[in-house]
Amino acid sequence: MAHIPDGVLSLPVTVAGWAGAVAMTGLALRHMKEEAIPGTAVLAAVFFTVSLVAVPVGPSSVHLLLSGLMGLMIGPATVLAVLVGLALQALMFGFGGFTTLGVNLVDIALPGVVVGALLAGPVRRTSPTRAGVIAGLGAGACVLATGGGVALALALSSPDYVPSAKVLLVTYLPLMAAEGLITGFAVSFLKRVKPDALAGASP
Amino acid sequence: MNGIAPRARLLSAFILILAVVSLRGLMAQGAALGLALILALLSGQAVKPLLHRLAHVEGFMALLLLMLPFTVPGPPLASLGPLNVSAEGLLRALGIALKVNAAVLLGFALLGAVEPVRLGHAARRLGVPVRLVQLFLFTTRYIELFRDEIRRRREAMRARAFVRRSSLHSFRSYGNLAGMVLVRALEKAQRVEEAMRCRAFDGRLPAIGLDDRGRGEIACPALALFAGAALVLLDRMP
Repeated sequence: MAHIPDGVLSLPVTVAGWAGAVAMTGLALRHMKEEAIPGTAVLAAVFFTVSLVAVPVGPSSVHLLLSGLMGLMIGPATVLAVLVGLALQALMFGFGGFTTLGVNLVDIALPGVVVGALLAGPVRRTSPTRAGVIAGLGAGACVLATGGGVALALALSSPDYVPSAKVLLVTYLPLMAAEGLITGFAVSFLKRVKPDALAGASP
Repeated sequence: MNGIAPRARLLSAFILILAVVSLRGLMAQGAALGLALILALLSGQAVKPLLHRLAHVEGFMALLLLMLPFTVPGPPLASLGPLNVSAEGLLRALGIALKVNAAVLLGFALLGAVEPVRLGHAARRLGVPVRLVQLFLFTTRYIELFRDEIRRRREAMRARAFVRRSSLHSFRSYGNLAGMVLVRALEKAQRVEEAMRCRAFDGRLPAIGLDDRGRGEIACPALALFAGAALVLLDRMP
């Protein structure tokens, strides 16, 4: 649901999305050391495959974004992992779009990076259960921010989209709940089994 | 359409989709959909994956397409209780549906049959940073691996009578699944990094055994540019 297809957004919104995406990608690339490429790719592949698992929520099912978890684990490299994931989804399954790649990247990756930067410290210092709760709340906030970003991109593109954008925001609530809970459990698991996995911005 | 170089395909797809996205009138949008449909059928790929793609994008669009006819102001065509369907809204919804489907068809026609690895190398020649392409190539290589791993672990869960539900237990199981796969991945990442360092990996990208040449290096993007310009002209004509 977070993948806006080609043909919906207006030109200014598309261009602004690309500008933001290029800036974020440039910064993230500068931050990534050469020898970290294979390791980052392994994690990007895991996030991609885990997000393909359909998680049942009520009568429907959702696919996780995992941006909050990525932010906590790989910090700014989240931008690159999400970018590769979006490109692969567009190429392999036709999800999302080519011209909307910029907006989609900003919508999904930016909340993850921010949450990672804010919460990696507290998650590192506290107990597994508490870390899970903090991470879960952070991941839920990420999903809400992504939904807000998608709704904003639609609303800025055309005033006609505003009612749909509001309804769209409501459809993010089930994903928010699932994402928060699953990320919370995953983080408390990692905290017990491999605490240094949650290094965040400082790998 | 077989044998066209990946780089030419990538460039052409981008040109055509950009043109489609900028169309405003229904006539040009309809023509774009027709062109995209012809290209998709000419590409000689199986139709089933195409239908999957279209069904998926329609899923996202459903909300927008269903709400626009009711929410765009205009003289009512028909009314459903308190709701009015406006002609303007219907036309907006139709136009968006035409554009979105045309873009999906174009992506499928031009890029659907090309392996991601080849597209990665093509993207590098078009100016995408090497490190980004490298990350992309490594990621495509590991995805299959982790897909298998997740499939095995989910089978193991089912063997222990796990039933997918929206319950706390289910979510905890999924969380543990994600955590476990991530732990394994981190260990793998460590090993891969060490192995790459042993082989003096320095961030360069040797494209061994990949022959990126093909027909239509210039003709294909030129044709795309021509078709795109024709569509935009058709759209802007009074």
